[in-house]
Amino acid sequence: MGLMLSADVDFMIHGVVKLPFKFLSQEVWISDSIITTCLVSILIFIFALFANRAIVNAKEYPSGFQNFVEMLIEALDNMTKGILGENSYRFKYYIGTIFCFIIVSNLSGLLGLRAPTADYGITFLLGMFTFFIVQFQNIKNNKFRAITNLFQPTPVLFPINLIGELANPLSISLRLFANMLSGVIIMGLWYGMLPIFVKIGIPSFLHIYCDLFSGAIQTYVFCMLSMVYINDKL
Amino acid sequence: MEEFQIFNQNFIWGCSAIGAGIAMIAGIGPGVGQGIAAGLGASAVGKNPGARSDITSTMLLGQAVAETTGLYGLVVAIILMFVKPFG
Repeated sequence: MGLMLSADVDFMIHGVVKLPFKFLSQEVWISDSIITTCLVSILIFIFALFANRAIVNAKEYPSGFQNFVEMLIEALDNMTKGILGENSYRFKYYIGTIFCFIIVSNLSGLLGLRAPTADYGITFLLGMFTFFIVQFQNIKNNKFRAITNLFQPTPVLFPINLIGELANPLSISLRLFANMLSGVIIMGLWYGMLPIFVKIGIPSFLHIYCDLFSGAIQTYVFCMLSMVYINDKL
Repeated sequence: MEEFQIFNQNFIWGCSAIGAGIAMIAGIGPGVGQGIAAGLGASAVGKNPGARSDITSTMLLGQAVAETTGLYGLVVAIILMFVKPFG
């Protein structure tokens, strides 16, 4: 696979099941990032069921799990209000959804899975969600000025403005993808190339940096930038 | 003729590896930028210790955004090494 790496080092996406049909004359595989995405979704779904039960049967003096859920919702409210202001109620569900998905995906590296956000197909999809929401708000709020704003301040700058609009989903998705991929590569090299006695204990520090710290920061950055892009068009 | 083609392929792979190394020079820029941001953050905390959490979160956000150009270099290097667009 790699040019100069031994066969032990493994940080690629693998196909698990080959589907019996072809799509656009390409083979269709179920890869391990798809399986991890499903696991992450199931995990979030189970958490949501328990959170729903805790809130429906809410007590007047909250304790335990209900406290935790209320704390999460409060943190989400504060984060969205800080940037979107009074419009935060329209977008906080989207921001909360992608926040949950990305944070659980990034932390799945701790369980020995390959993080699904280290697959460009998934992060590009997340970037395109944001891009379509931003452009929908742009056309809805600015109507015809959505097009004429591209010719501001002078018509000569039209290509640069257009590229600036189209580069947004690429830049936010590439940022998340490349951060998680570098973490996956570093962990793969460490586990694949070094002797057995440095694989015990020491990788936990690398996991703390690559998975926990980098993953949490990039999740926060992705949500912040999505909100900033949306706020520009309101 | 076949030997020539094998040489050609290996030459292209070698040049791709060198290109990947050169692409990672892009890591200099974010390093300098993040260092400047961290230094200014430290001096801001020194001047105003009460706003420590705000300063830290702003600094980390700015550093994470400044990291992007280095990550573009990383993506180019990985494409050259593993996708092999020229070989």
